[in-house]
Amino acid sequence: MDKFRMIFQFFQSNQESFMNGICGIMALASTQMYSAFDFNCPCLPYYNLAYGLGILLVPPFILFLLGFVLNNNISMLAEEWRRPQGQRGKDPGVLRYMFCSMAQRAMIAPAVWVSVTLLDGKCITCAFCTSVPVETLGNASHPRLSQGEIQRVLARIPCKEIYNGQQLIANEVAVRYLRCISQALGWCFVLLMTTLAFLVRSLRPCFSQAAFLKSRYWSHYIDIERKLFDETCAEHARSFAKVCIQQFFEGMSTDLVAARCHLPRKAPVDAGEAAEKLLGITDRGTMNMALKSWHRCKPALHLHPPALPTGNGWAGEGQPPTHPSAPQRETAAYYSWV
Amino acid sequence: MDRFRMIFQYFQSNSESVMNGICGLLALASVKMYTSFDFSCPCLPQYNMAYGLGIMFVPPIILFLCSLILNRQSLVMLEEWRRPQGRRKKDLAVIRYMCSSIMQRAMVAPVVWIVVTLLDGKCLICAFSGSMDPEKFVGFANVSTAQVQQLLAKVPCKDDELMRNNASRKAVSRYLRCWSQALGWSILLILIIAAFLARWLRPCFNQATLLQARHWSNYIDIEQKIFEETCCEHSRLFAHKCILHFFESMRREIKLHSFTLPREGERAEGEEDLLWGITDQDQVNKLLKTWYYEKPPLDVS
Repeated sequence: MDKFRMIFQFFQSNQESFMNGICGIMALASTQMYSAFDFNCPCLPYYNLAYGLGILLVPPFILFLLGFVLNNNISMLAEEWRRPQGQRGKDPGVLRYMFCSMAQRAMIAPAVWVSVTLLDGKCITCAFCTSVPVETLGNASHPRLSQGEIQRVLARIPCKEIYNGQQLIANEVAVRYLRCISQALGWCFVLLMTTLAFLVRSLRPCFSQAAFLKSRYWSHYIDIERKLFDETCAEHARSFAKVCIQQFFEGMSTDLVAARCHLPRKAPVDAGEAAEKLLGITDRGTMNMALKSWHRCKPALHLHPPALPTGNGWAGEGQPPTHPSAPQRETAAYYSWV
Repeated sequence: MDRFRMIFQYFQSNSESVMNGICGLLALASVKMYTSFDFSCPCLPQYNMAYGLGIMFVPPIILFLCSLILNRQSLVMLEEWRRPQGRRKKDLAVIRYMCSSIMQRAMVAPVVWIVVTLLDGKCLICAFSGSMDPEKFVGFANVSTAQVQQLLAKVPCKDDELMRNNASRKAVSRYLRCWSQALGWSILLILIIAAFLARWLRPCFNQATLLQARHWSNYIDIEQKIFEETCCEHSRLFAHKCILHFFESMRREIKLHSFTLPREGERAEGEEDLLWGITDQDQVNKLLKTWYYEKPPLDVS
């Protein structure tokens, strides 16, 4: 348990490595998605291009948006961007830093999808099979076919079972050619992305290190401040609710006693804390009334201050308090009849 | 404080092992990448060489750059190199030491890729089958020049209709693979001998300078981590103070506006502190609205 706590604290204090973890998981998810996806080229002249390029470009866009959605800091960025200036100036450098760091992380999963797709080769083979150079790769002495016929034959290249153009151009030759181009594009894309990432990371200390340290500090500050504010509000809400509910039960029990004209019963001396916690409700009927009242008529969100008369409209004003001898510790400050 | 100490100890003891771990992971990733990559030689005269050599040399560059990106120490070294001198002199020996240690770790994954590629042989067969001398092989000796290039280019593709069960294709393939594996093993042997000598002979030269450089490079690394941790802790305390001030100012404002009679009787200190005098739905709404529209200034003096 102690080790877990230490690891959790390490991740909490190291927000960046936590975000990197999510980033890595999304990249793995994107490879898994690709291998689980059942690629099915339509093998028709104009549909091939649309399908192939669609599979190449639409999922990365979805993954990019998903990268933003899953990032908790996006709401923080939006809030900091849109808040009125008030007494605290806004620093555009901080906003830029937050946006850049989120965008960089969101780019990883789409880049992985595009590289895996290109290195695998099926998408490019499907999309560009009608553009294969038949003159150089195929049989030049084949009887002339109309352009449309040639397109239809070439479009069937990805579907080996129905391919009928072996005399025009061998299926394996065309597939190998297209796959070679696709893999070359894939490796070039990966090299480009890696070089960009390397340049972005290594040029920063050379140019704007001080500004970077400032932006990073204040963006962490905004994050921590928001979390602490939420914690403080949660504590406040808890205390508020506790006092509100106690005042409700006090009100209930007093009013019921007043309504039934019972003499205030002194709690036995040795009952102690348990009797206090019962808040004056000691039988089923009273409890049922309390529950019904809680549902039908929730108390106002207004805690009674101790010295003000609490005119809440119930009968029983002027009655002596129900617990004269053993006032409850929590409610003594907020409840007294004057 | 205890949490701080645990985290510092973790960083201190594990800086080098974290870097070695990343290095090892990348080497494994490079082997896995090679085995899962579907090598598919185009078997066309002009494209073979480009494809074969491309697959042999482009991924190592990518792996090298990845190692540099993932290694935190490269950033630390760059910062140390580019920082203004200020009141602390810069020691070039330390920077050189850091640079050499980063480069050594970054070279492992690319070398693993190249060695695995050579030992497997497919890349070299694809790249150099077109450059073979056809006279050496019976099946290609009597073919016309134009045709021989096409045929040699198809050697890497076993399933091609022209090359199926062609004994000369197998001969060329075996010949190239033999060269490829010999090259692979030689490179591996040379590198291991070089690493062995470097490690064994290093204490003979400048051991004292080396110890100093290593100490100070560790120092710079730890100093930076501790600075970041301290900044985090500071911003936490700053935020805490800022929020306390904000709630205090809200409480004062409410007291000014609500004209409540002075309260008598004991009050539960804990509850009072946590409620900040905010006991009403409207007051809570006002607090939240003020937090959004007018965040407090960044000044806790």
